[in-house]
Amino acid sequence: MSRVLSYEEKDTWIHRLSGFTKLVFFLLWSITSMLSYDTRVLLVMLVCSFVIFAVSKTQWRQVGTVFQFIMLFLCINLIAIFLFSPDQGTKIYGTQTILFPIAGRYVVTAEQLFYEFNVMIKYLTVIPAVFMFIVTTNPSEFAAALNKVGIHYNIGYSVALALRYIPDVQDDFKKIKNAQEARGIEMSSKAPLMSRIKNMAAILFPLIFSSMERIEVVSNAMELRGFGKYKKRTWYSAKELERNDYLVLIVTVVFTVAALVITFHDGSRFYNPF
Amino acid sequence: MKQKFGIKEVVAIGIGTALFVALTQIQIPLGFIPNTALQPRAALLAFLAAVFGPVVGGAVGLIGHALGDALFYGSVWWSWVFPDAVFGILVGVFASKYAIKDGGFDKKAIALFEIVQVVGNALAWIVVAPVLDILIYAEPANKVFSQGFFAFLGNIIIIAILGTLLAVGYSKIGAKSSSLTKED
Repeated sequence: MSRVLSYEEKDTWIHRLSGFTKLVFFLLWSITSMLSYDTRVLLVMLVCSFVIFAVSKTQWRQVGTVFQFIMLFLCINLIAIFLFSPDQGTKIYGTQTILFPIAGRYVVTAEQLFYEFNVMIKYLTVIPAVFMFIVTTNPSEFAAALNKVGIHYNIGYSVALALRYIPDVQDDFKKIKNAQEARGIEMSSKAPLMSRIKNMAAILFPLIFSSMERIEVVSNAMELRGFGKYKKRTWYSAKELERNDYLVLIVTVVFTVAALVITFHDGSRFYNPF
Repeated sequence: MKQKFGIKEVVAIGIGTALFVALTQIQIPLGFIPNTALQPRAALLAFLAAVFGPVVGGAVGLIGHALGDALFYGSVWWSWVFPDAVFGILVGVFASKYAIKDGGFDKKAIALFEIVQVVGNALAWIVVAPVLDILIYAEPANKVFSQGFFAFLGNIIIIAILGTLLAVGYSKIGAKSSSLTKED
C-alpha cells in the first residue's frame, strides 16, 4: 500500500500550536477557498500556503508522493473541463477573446485559460492547508480539538479510533492479501472482471468480518470502563490556548472576513479582468 | 428524534471509518471505460449503513471520505464527500427492515436493499455531487453530470455484488433471533 501522510514530531511554533487553533484555521481556510473564485484572494492564499509550508519545516519526502499524485489528477481534471466545455470561461466572464482555434468547437480563448487557471489555484490553495494540518497535528490531539470546536465527544472519539485503527486495518489487509495470493488467487488486471471482483471478495470478507468482531471487543472494553457515562470528558493530550494561538485565531478570522468581503463586494464571486 | 447512539455506534463509526479509509486506494479497474474503477469501499459503506443504521452510515461516509481524501490525496473534494454521507444515511434509514444482525436478510429484505441502494446512489451521485460541483467549483455541467453518472453506475454494480454478498454472509453467521425450534 502506498505512503500515507502522517504526523511527524518536530519543534516549530506551528507544531506547538493547539490542535484547536489548527482545526479552526483549516476549516475557515477550506471554506474561504471553496466560496471564493476571486483570483487575487486565491493568489494571496497560495503564497501564504507556501510560507506556512516553509515555516512548519515540512520536507518534500513527507509529502512528495502524494503531491505528485495530486498534480497528475489536477492535469486530468483541467483537460477534462476543456474537453467537455471549451466555452465555460466565456459563459462565466461574458466575453470571448479568441487566441487560436484547434478543431471544430475547440477554440482556445483567454477567458477559458483564465477560468482553468482559477480552478487550478483554487485546488492548490487547499493542499498545503491539509498537508500542514495532518503533518503537524498529533492524532490524539485531534479528537480533543474536535471536542473543543463543539462536536460531541462521541464523534471526537470515533475519529480518534479511526486514526488509531487505520494502520492496523492496512496491516490486516496486506496479511490477508498475501495469504490469498499464496493460495493462488490472481489479483492483477489479467483476470476477467467477474473473477477480479470475486478475488477482491476473498480479501474483503475476512477483513470486514474480523473488523466486525473487533468492533464488539473494543465496544465491550469501553463499556467496562464506563465510557459515555458523563456529559463531558477531559483529554489527556489537549493543549491550553496560549498567546500564539490567540494571535493565529485573530489573524485567521480577520483574513477570512476580508477575503469574503473582497470576493463578494461586487456581487459576483468571480474576479473579471476582461 | 432520538436516535439510538451508544458505545457500539461510536466504535462502529471509528473502526468502520478506518476500514473505509484503508480501502480508499483499493480499486477494481473496469477496463472497458477508461478512468473508472469499481470502489469496494462503496460496498463497505452500504454494508455498514445496513447493519448499524443511518447515524453510523452517514458518519462513516462523511468522516471516511474526508479523512481518506486528506490522507491519500492531500486535499478534500467536499462536493464528493457529502454525497457519500447522504448515501450512508439513506441506506441506513431502513436498517431495521433488513434485519441483517438477526439473520433475517431474506429475499424480500435483499430486494428492498437493492432498491434503496439504487435510489440512494442516484440521489447521491446524479443529483447531490454534480450540483455541489457546480455550486462550489463552478465546473461545466455536462462534465460533472457524466462523471456523476459513471460513479453511480460503478457503485450500483459493486454494491449489488459485493455489498449484497457481505450482508448475506454476515446475516448467516449472526445469531438468529428465531433459530430455536420447538422439539416435538
